[in-house]
Amino acid sequence: MSDLLIRGGRVIDPSRATDGVADVYVKDGKIEAVGRNIPAQPGASIIDAAGKVVAPGLVDLHVHLREPGFEHAETIATGAMSAAAGGFTAICAMPNTDPVTDSQATVGFVVRQAIRAAKARVYPIGAVSIGQNGEQLTEFGEMVQAGAVAVSDDGRPVATSHLMRTALEYAKTFGIPVADHCEDMSLAKGGAMHEGIISARLGLKGIPSAAEEIMVARDIILAELTGGHVHLCHMSTKGSVALIRWAKERGLRVTAEATPHHFTLTHERCEGYDTNAKMNPPLREAADREAIRQGLKDGTIDCIASDHAPHHYDTKEREFDDAPNGIVGLETALGLGLRELVEPGLLSLPDLLARMSTVPARIFKLPGGTLMVGAPADVVVFDPAERWTVRREDLHSRSTNSPFLGETLSGRVQLTLVGGRVAYDRSNRQIL
Amino acid sequence: MTEPTLGKDLLGLEGLTKAQVELILDTAEPFKEVSERAIKKVPALRGKTIVNLFFEASTRTRISFEFAEKRLSADTVNVAASGSSVSKGETLVDTARNLEAMRIDMVVIRHGSSGAAKFLADRIRSNVINAGDGTHEHPTQGLLDLLTLRDRFGKIEGLKVAICGDVLHSRVARSNIWGLLKLGAEVAVCGPATLIPPQVVELGVQIIPRIEDAIAWADALNILRLQLERMQAGFIPSLREYNRVFGVTRERLARAPKELAILHPGPMNRGVEIDSDVADGPHSVILPQVTNGVAVRMAVLYLLAGGGPDWRSGGGGDDR
Amino acid sequence: MPSVTRLLDDSAMARALARMASEIVEQCGGAEGVVLLGIQRRGVELAARLARLIEQSAGAPVPMGKVDITLYRDDLSTIGPRPRVGETSLPDSIDGKTTVIVDDVLYTGRTVRAAMDELADFGRPRRILLAVLVDRGGRELPIQADIVGVTVTSSDDDRVDVAVKELDGRDSVELVRGGPV
Repeated sequence: MSDLLIRGGRVIDPSRATDGVADVYVKDGKIEAVGRNIPAQPGASIIDAAGKVVAPGLVDLHVHLREPGFEHAETIATGAMSAAAGGFTAICAMPNTDPVTDSQATVGFVVRQAIRAAKARVYPIGAVSIGQNGEQLTEFGEMVQAGAVAVSDDGRPVATSHLMRTALEYAKTFGIPVADHCEDMSLAKGGAMHEGIISARLGLKGIPSAAEEIMVARDIILAELTGGHVHLCHMSTKGSVALIRWAKERGLRVTAEATPHHFTLTHERCEGYDTNAKMNPPLREAADREAIRQGLKDGTIDCIASDHAPHHYDTKEREFDDAPNGIVGLETALGLGLRELVEPGLLSLPDLLARMSTVPARIFKLPGGTLMVGAPADVVVFDPAERWTVRREDLHSRSTNSPFLGETLSGRVQLTLVGGRVAYDRSNRQIL
Repeated sequence: MTEPTLGKDLLGLEGLTKAQVELILDTAEPFKEVSERAIKKVPALRGKTIVNLFFEASTRTRISFEFAEKRLSADTVNVAASGSSVSKGETLVDTARNLEAMRIDMVVIRHGSSGAAKFLADRIRSNVINAGDGTHEHPTQGLLDLLTLRDRFGKIEGLKVAICGDVLHSRVARSNIWGLLKLGAEVAVCGPATLIPPQVVELGVQIIPRIEDAIAWADALNILRLQLERMQAGFIPSLREYNRVFGVTRERLARAPKELAILHPGPMNRGVEIDSDVADGPHSVILPQVTNGVAVRMAVLYLLAGGGPDWRSGGGGDDR
Repeated sequence: MPSVTRLLDDSAMARALARMASEIVEQCGGAEGVVLLGIQRRGVELAARLARLIEQSAGAPVPMGKVDITLYRDDLSTIGPRPRVGETSLPDSIDGKTTVIVDDVLYTGRTVRAAMDELADFGRPRRILLAVLVDRGGRELPIQADIVGVTVTSSDDDRVDVAVKELDGRDSVELVRGGPV
């Protein structure tokens, strides 16, 4: 692996609160130096980053890679490629595959597949309960040893208060968070979209905001009871943001994420029964979207996660009620963050990058999210001003179920380095 | 001013203009007369092929459509979910492609999922008529209710209509609300709060919680069918209590300040949402509704036929 | 520039109708068992006038009805549906009657064909006659009128405008040459 000199970019490192034009020198897969006018060693490749932003690679705590079991929708390799193309150097794979990632062996499988793919780093999240069936705890210790960084029953909530309590207590031993998909299933049952005026008009069964908020409240109360770390996935409602704010004021170990689609879209997008607007939690109302944005601004919502959920095209090509939830998000997350949060002045560019790299890396205690000397060279280079149109044929994911197809986004990834190796280089237009 | 037309499909009343709704009602008038003839058949749709695609069991609506089609001389085929490839797990998109390949002129679809009619209409060039999609809309039922009210009161504008019962799960309620509001009626909904979506007020509809108050307010009651499943799903405690609290009974009607018209889309649960002596009473227009159903459906078929697909030129609707 | 030729003014139209009424009685062998059927819309008004004239001469009322042929047209898929479908109302029975179809202008013959199809759905007249105020030629079907008010030779670009007092405030027949105004 030759040395790399990334020259003349605007280097933003939220981990050290630095922002300025500099060079970044990468040697042996690590950040060797950051500073002005670094000379290139003989044999080093030089990348001209003038006019571009150079930042720690993005970190996504919440993706679905579908392997094993649903490889027609995505594999660990295609998901890791999609991540690199979106500027992500580390992603955390939810365990709702077939079989479920609920043992040392299945965690090990994800790790091995990711190493073979050699694109973005993939960190497995183990299931909380065996088979995600909400009954018996999985072997957290064994899974952590094999590489799991958190536990979650995502796809569904941690089923009972008792299971959540024991999971939070038991997870403390291993220093990992319990990530929860907050949904009261009895309230949400049969729901296809947010409960409100649009669901009333379309005649679709609604999922009330209360279904999420009840579980957020439960998890916060149990975090207080146990002292454990609960990480709240894909927050979507105004009420959830208020509850988290309250929890943080009390000093509880509660962290939260929000998705680009929840800070961008509202339930109006379901008009016309577009199944690419069907997700869980559902797209909510304008006031909810605004609360999510404010939460990201004031830090109540700690980080942005894509909830990348690939589905084969023909499973989305059906009646709204029967279509699966979720959209692909790895390749549109940065562009939406720039267009929706930075350009309107809600977040500064360093703040956005903090919420997409440094902060999520800290929440799951992952390496990365920093350009500190000696850190692994996980780096993204992008042009924040470049506008581009999301086209189906340009996406690297195996699935293209996105409501943003045809939209113009800001900020296009030029280069993604993972451990000093080029995982994505748009100028070469080839998969390296 | 150009005459309004209907376009390719009839998916719901929400998307229609007032002029389009009135066009259908006015066109239905001469078709009432056709059904009174000894030979109840005109050749208007001779040579047109129509598929009645019913994914949900329905006797009344299917027969009404079938009569309407036959009285217009169309060739019709009925496809029911049981006994077809649909029950073998064929997806709606495959069904659509097969219909497309058979060069069908029109499809009348009844389906359990909201949006299914639009899904089909977006994918085939044939005219699509929604005969009820999930809990979304049932536009021809809404139209026949409008025609019945217009027959009874002379006009819709200014009329006070209360829609009573399970509004939450009712496609009839939604189509009625849109149609009535477009033609200038005042609309209220009445029923247990568990079965009334609170957001309906945003549509311009008022909520009257008690049936006695709805009867005192309204010129006409459109009484929805209460599905037995609602009790099992915990929306109401029992049919008995529903009748006690929300049933339209002769005693309650007797206290009305004026004579109300009583509508019901059928099939009725006598003794639950409506008592027999109300259903069979002098103010019931339930059977005229059925008669008007055929005329309205003839009008819709006739109006859409002109905008039908031209297979020779490959024109017609959206090509996907 | 289109040119307008007046074929009939109000007095000429009155004379033409009077002659047509007497020809109907003559060809039907009296007014007994005769039914007049006007084709919507101006045919209906002309049939009503003929009925009155026959009643005046024969002394007995002549039943009449109206026929709307919209649903019997053969051009639905090419020109689209007529937005307004008119009323069809016939006397109690036309079975065994001598039925006179009355229309304002006879041109291609397709309207009359549709009217005869429609009559067949209502009963079996003993005989069907056709009475028209204007025969402008240009037939596309083997159909001819039995009783004609005025005959004129016209081309496809011409138009024949019939006005009747009941609908238009005046009685006249005009030939408009040279395409649409």
